[in-house]
Amino acid sequence: MRIPATTAPSVSPQMRPTFWLRQAPRVTVLLFLVPVAAGLAGTVLPAFGWLPALGGRHLTLAPWLRLAAEPGLGRAIALTFATGLTATVVSVLLVLGLCAHWHGRKPGRIGRAVFAPILAAPHAAMAIGVGFLIAPSGWIVRLLSPWLTGWHQPPDLATVQDPYGFALTLGLLVKEVPYLLLMTLTALSQLPVARELEAAAALGYGRSVAWLKIVLPRLYPQIRLPLYAVLAYALSVVDMALILGPSNPPTLSVLALRWFTAPDVSMYFPAAAAALLQLLIVLGSIALWRAGERIVCALGRRWIASGRRRSRLEPLSSLAAVLVAGLGLLGAAALLDLAVWSLTSRWRFPRILPSHWSAAAWREQVAVILWPLETTVTVALVASALAVVLVLGCLEYEQQRGSAPQARSLWLLYVPLLVPQIAFLFGMQVLLTFSRLDGTLLAVIWSHLLFVVPYVFLSLADPWRSLDTRYARTALCLGASPRRVFLRIKLPLLLRPVLVAAAVGLAVSIDQYLPTLFAGAGRVVTLTTEAVTLASGGGRRVTGVFALLQALVPLAAYGCALGVSRRHGPRRVLPGARA
Amino acid sequence: MSEPLHLDEVSISLPERLLIPPLSVRVMPGEVVTLMGPSGAGKSTLLSFLCGTLSDGFRATGRVWIGGSEVSALPAERRRIGVLFQDDLLFPHLTVGENLAFGLSSAVRGRAARAARIAAALEEAGLAGFAPRDPATLSGGQRARVAVLRLLLAEPRALLLDEPFNKLDAAMRADFRRFVFEHAAAAGLPVLMVTHDATDAVAARGRVLTLSQAPDGSARIESADGALSVAHGTERKPEHEGGALVANRRS
Repeated sequence: MRIPATTAPSVSPQMRPTFWLRQAPRVTVLLFLVPVAAGLAGTVLPAFGWLPALGGRHLTLAPWLRLAAEPGLGRAIALTFATGLTATVVSVLLVLGLCAHWHGRKPGRIGRAVFAPILAAPHAAMAIGVGFLIAPSGWIVRLLSPWLTGWHQPPDLATVQDPYGFALTLGLLVKEVPYLLLMTLTALSQLPVARELEAAAALGYGRSVAWLKIVLPRLYPQIRLPLYAVLAYALSVVDMALILGPSNPPTLSVLALRWFTAPDVSMYFPAAAAALLQLLIVLGSIALWRAGERIVCALGRRWIASGRRRSRLEPLSSLAAVLVAGLGLLGAAALLDLAVWSLTSRWRFPRILPSHWSAAAWREQVAVILWPLETTVTVALVASALAVVLVLGCLEYEQQRGSAPQARSLWLLYVPLLVPQIAFLFGMQVLLTFSRLDGTLLAVIWSHLLFVVPYVFLSLADPWRSLDTRYARTALCLGASPRRVFLRIKLPLLLRPVLVAAAVGLAVSIDQYLPTLFAGAGRVVTLTTEAVTLASGGGRRVTGVFALLQALVPLAAYGCALGVSRRHGPRRVLPGARA
Repeated sequence: MSEPLHLDEVSISLPERLLIPPLSVRVMPGEVVTLMGPSGAGKSTLLSFLCGTLSDGFRATGRVWIGGSEVSALPAERRRIGVLFQDDLLFPHLTVGENLAFGLSSAVRGRAARAARIAAALEEAGLAGFAPRDPATLSGGQRARVAVLRLLLAEPRALLLDEPFNKLDAAMRADFRRFVFEHAAAAGLPVLMVTHDATDAVAARGRVLTLSQAPDGSARIESADGALSVAHGTERKPEHEGGALVANRRS
């Protein structure tokens, strides 16, 4: 490491990351960009007729004509916009309304206890639970029958998979509101606003108005990217749409999936066109949202300058708080419903609880569960461990170089979260087939990494960066090598956030339906793929078993992470080391 | 064995402004040189540069020597320049003894020998029997002394003090200051201290340099008897040779 005397520079060498550490950001970016870029190319070309393996050797607009000829395409697109935009707009309004109502307070213990399992639960499990809950024979109807509705038989109503996508929108709200709330609270914890709010109150501003005028403008840039991720997700979700959304026509991404998996391989071409259209819809919606931001910003400035201190928004923000609480209850009840159904032997309508309980469904499924459970856990553990190593490498590289985090790299991380999965997973499958990896566990792990790495990074970056750098500097000046400082000082001090990030990675991996389906070429079976398959046509008891187990694994991971870090973590939690 | 710490035309700048104008100074073994200046002026940045942990955004030039060896070409962990911050920064996941063992040179071999060395250091500092304690259970003054012991056990060749007395109350402050200066003198270490508190400088009884920044963005460093270095964004030769200043002790 010593610089030869002849070239001793007048500019001092500061820390030089080792060879392996220097590779961390490169490997991470490669792991990311190659599949996404190749995947997009592998979707765009077939969308214009080019896929030699299937005989497409000419660029043509035929796939688009086939897509346009699909009856119900207009409805599918309208449905996609309606469910995705409604879910996102309502989520944002509810979360901001709740925060304005809370006025800088932290959620209480009950709130955390309700929302933690909802956050940890995979989308598929939650969709199944919500489906059970709102079904004509579900808990909600049972609670109201027969005293209010007069029904002694389950009514003949399409409450799940309704043609307008209400059930899908509700399912999205149940999952996305807690997620946005978590992101917002995290961003808020880094904004020191208590004094400003006091000052605003002294000037006569109402609680919610003060929050909206003073806190929101500074908060919004911090939650913009997670919000776009929610928007992109809601517009292109597949597993929830399969379970809760209408089937004829379905949303656009489900239509594309249906064609991709059709026995007739010539449907690949219109499928690619539909996937590309899905990408355009997401990008267009983000652009639209951005334009909306500008308008709201201009109006907001005027509103702030108007000096109005009270507004009708006050009761509205209380309403938002009530609705968020309602969604939380709904989510918790949905998970509970999974458990009840998995243990039901006999449950007549309109009784609120089963008359006979039994563990028969669990006993019968044990043999069937073990294999997907093992696959699920293996993939999740490997993907999460790889992601934690890569992210730690990137963060440590950043710190050893002493460079500031860059906004550009954050956008790069968000690419897999902003591009609809359906738009690049098919192309990625082509790449995997080419390298003879398709259908292997390795391919599935790789495809999961695309989504696990960003979330692990988002979870770990703040605690890692906010650890007092002087600990590391002190250790270095005591003669410890950067490697030793990393292993002996930073890792033990940040054990808790590292373990929590690993649990987040695990949960994200277990959440993945479409990547498992594509990269696994249908041959890799996980709890998630099983649960989604069972949701259409499987019995409620068996579906309940799979969905509940799918929801319990990530929750157990969080429990382990917190338990281990409590036992082996630093004696005191450092100010910067809280997850 | 004890050697002087020699800064040779060290200057540090950010892209938009100069923080430290070219500074040449030779700190003799056992001597304490104080650099005074308002907070945010770049004093701590200078210390980061000296111990090799300066972050990317800064541009630093100049060389640093300890005796005959140039340390500015070495990575931080091989420079053997100890630094003491205003927080003790004891590693909270290690016991007091483990903290000291982290600092103790690995040339001291054998578990028993290392434990004995640590016990002796603790005893000499009036902290006998503290090795198994959790740092969180110590008083501020005790923690500060452990931090100094940890530093000295690493056998540094020079000592940098980054306002280490700031957070202590007045009574403890004088005690701890004496503790640090006595130990540094006993080890024959050249000491460079940055502070914005004049009483620290008086207690150090060494030369005092003052860093100041004019509204026009120029930075200057003065010793008690006149300008040592002035620069207006562009680097200029210091007006005194660093060596000449050694004789100019503040009375």
